[in-house]
Amino acid sequence: MDSELQEVGLLKGLAAGDRKVIEGIYKDHFNMIQSLIVNNNGSSEDAQDIFQEAMVVLYEKVRMGSFELNCQLKTYLYSVSKRLWLKRLQQNNRLLSQEIDPNTTIPVEEEIATHEKRDAEFELMSQAIQRLGEPCKSLLEAYYLRKMNMQDIALQFGYTNADNAKNQKYKCLIRLKKLFFSEYKNGTSHG
Amino acid sequence: MEPHMDDLRLLDAVERYIKGEMHPDERMHFEQLRKSNTEVDQLVVEHTFFLQQMNRFGEWKCFKSALKEIHVDLAEKGQINSARLQGKAKVIYLWNRYKRVSAIAASIAVVTTLVISSLVWIIAPASPRSQFEELNKKFSQLEDKTRKQAKEIDRIKNKATAVPQDIPFTTGGTGFIIDAKGYLITNAHVVEDAQQIAIQNNRGEYLVKVVFQDRERDIAILKIDDPNFKPYISLPYGLSKQTAKLAEPIFTLGYPRNEVVYSQGYLSAKTGFNGDTLSCQIEINANRGNSGSPILNRKGEVIGILNGRQTNTQGFAFAVQSKYIFDVIETLKKQDNSPSIRIPSRSLLNGLDRTEQVRKVQDFVYMVKVN
Repeated sequence: MDSELQEVGLLKGLAAGDRKVIEGIYKDHFNMIQSLIVNNNGSSEDAQDIFQEAMVVLYEKVRMGSFELNCQLKTYLYSVSKRLWLKRLQQNNRLLSQEIDPNTTIPVEEEIATHEKRDAEFELMSQAIQRLGEPCKSLLEAYYLRKMNMQDIALQFGYTNADNAKNQKYKCLIRLKKLFFSEYKNGTSHG
Repeated sequence: MEPHMDDLRLLDAVERYIKGEMHPDERMHFEQLRKSNTEVDQLVVEHTFFLQQMNRFGEWKCFKSALKEIHVDLAEKGQINSARLQGKAKVIYLWNRYKRVSAIAASIAVVTTLVISSLVWIIAPASPRSQFEELNKKFSQLEDKTRKQAKEIDRIKNKATAVPQDIPFTTGGTGFIIDAKGYLITNAHVVEDAQQIAIQNNRGEYLVKVVFQDRERDIAILKIDDPNFKPYISLPYGLSKQTAKLAEPIFTLGYPRNEVVYSQGYLSAKTGFNGDTLSCQIEINANRGNSGSPILNRKGEVIGILNGRQTNTQGFAFAVQSKYIFDVIETLKKQDNSPSIRIPSRSLLNGLDRTEQVRKVQDFVYMVKVN
């Protein structure tokens, strides 16, 4: 079907991190999610939070190479947002004020569970990087996250040559791995 | 514990192996090693997992910040039903949006001022003037944009309460304390045309004002003008009145980026660019933002202020000799209502090893941020 093909195209663009595509999806769906949240005890800030988290769930899914939503993009985002919002309301001992028609949503529990696990892992990485301190933090971010080359890094950080910067980078990396894995193994063994 | 050099080399090999950057021969050799050594094999598996994790983390972070930006963008354009930004938040949004343009403009501005203030009027006619003109032109186009943006920010800021935290500073250079009461020295070109100036290091961030500027000597004196500032008890270094000696080892601390950076070198000529006797030439790695950094000798005496480098050469730079700081203070004393500035002449760093010296000096060197 035509619209289905169109949506797969969008999802591929999203997976590639195409800014225009992300913007398009955002523009087309945000208002819908905002009404859902605002009509159910939420603020517009909550709506922004929840919608962006739903976008992250979608992004993670397409990054894993799965472009089959088994439903329209709109339904998917709505279902995920609703589920996320319900969870948050329950955490605060509140309930939905309007009953949401179950036919408009699809089950997404499993995907949200994967998302939460991944979120926890990213949080671990983020904390490990924070605990590294400077200059290790900036050095590793420059190389591994911003993908700068060693020459440019040496120049920007004031190392005399790329080899020195590289050695320093590995020293920092060894520390980061220690920090990360000690927490990671703890986390997984205790469930 | 410092990792062993072999560990670093092994990690380098593993990383190149994973990224497919190995030469076929090396790769074969490495695969043999993997088969025969379980520890290496384990390291490859573990490191592959870790790199994937890092990669995903990077993408995730990037995506999340893109979403935030997009939200604000769409709300500003009225394409989604969300409140537009007001006051301070709006200033920050505009600032971030134009940051890239500003960053380019600012870095060109620093180069241009460096060039103009220390070199332009002493340059020989044979020198390549076109280089300067080109830079100037680029700057004026960008400057125009920056000015428009500044106007818009001003307009919005006036609506909100004008608290100093709103000021979008760009990094200007480096400065260092010369009087424990809160007086600093930097280059005059760093603070030229500044509206607001702030300084920052690990100790804190303070607003400062210009007390005195001497463009010819390229020296400016700043005073910390901030209720949060607590005066120092004493300074670890003294200022030398002597002309530095040829080949004397020197070091510097400065802010070519958001982090203090140490460099070392030696005095390579007693005069500066084209025989300029105000300054001297030093063999040191200097970058934009290093302007105003103190140059210290091994006794821990400040012998100069780094103020520029020739545009097309790397590896050496020029410094204003510190005896001229005394001259500037003398000139200042002749003015009415002049503050009494007392410059320490004795260094307490003599005999300490370099890391100790640097540790003690660090707190007295600041990033100078100019708006």
